[in-house]
Amino acid sequence: MDIKAYIALSLVLFSIGMVGILMRRNAIIIFMCVELMLNAVNLLLVAFSKMHAVGEAAKALPTVASDAQIFVFFIMVVAAAEVSVGLAIIVMLYRNTHSIDVNFLNRLKN
Amino acid sequence: MNITTLLFIILSVVAAFAGIMMITSKNPVHSILWLIVVFFAISGHYIMLNAQFLAIVNIIVYAGAIMVLFLFVVMLMNLNADTEPVKNYRLRLIGVISGGSLLLVLLAALMDIDKQQLVQMNVGDAGLIKELGKNLFTNYVLPFEISSVLFLSAMIGAVIIGKKQ
Repeated sequence: MDIKAYIALSLVLFSIGMVGILMRRNAIIIFMCVELMLNAVNLLLVAFSKMHAVGEAAKALPTVASDAQIFVFFIMVVAAAEVSVGLAIIVMLYRNTHSIDVNFLNRLKN
Repeated sequence: MNITTLLFIILSVVAAFAGIMMITSKNPVHSILWLIVVFFAISGHYIMLNAQFLAIVNIIVYAGAIMVLFLFVVMLMNLNADTEPVKNYRLRLIGVISGGSLLLVLLAALMDIDKQQLVQMNVGDAGLIKELGKNLFTNYVLPFEISSVLFLSAMIGAVIIGKKQ
């Protein structure tokens, strides 16, 4: 498979996440769109790792492909930690304003 | 057209369609279920790239743990299509136009490669647990241990933020 197909797919998924962030007001949906963008980037990293698994890069450094996949693994680790804190913030927001509309937060006061 | 290309097209169409359904459905529970479909499609891509460890971790961590957490929060708040805040038509149109422009610009910039670079499909042992584990516990053991501190601080932070004052 050509790498361009994977680049195109990742860009489409990333843009869908971007559009979702711009057109929704629900804080949970916005948060899910961030997860979708992270996943698009992960997919592209794995595709690039398999692109460099053969050829000159692999000759120079034999672990180059698994290095990239460990990078993806650490992105997942950070995403999991981020989700736990982010959802706690959203729950606190809901408890204080009884809404998850992000427009309630535009003053950052009261 | 061989079976790999066919599977790639099917999984890509499923992922893009489910992503679009996720951002357009009114009910937040439906959005979460569509996002789970996207994650399964991406896991299918990982299996096609022979990154088996990441495919399983993606299903367990994202589709299993994170999305169940989202579902719990949505059901705890009793959200449905009636309470869903909507932006007005003009702002949504502006969002779609700017996202579409971003897609066009990035595609135009990145599709302009002369040399054809092929991705290794279905073979290669870089994504297997043996290789990844050996690399993770030799070259990357310090980041691995530091991530445990990150998890501890995230856990404490979530408890302190979520606690009633």
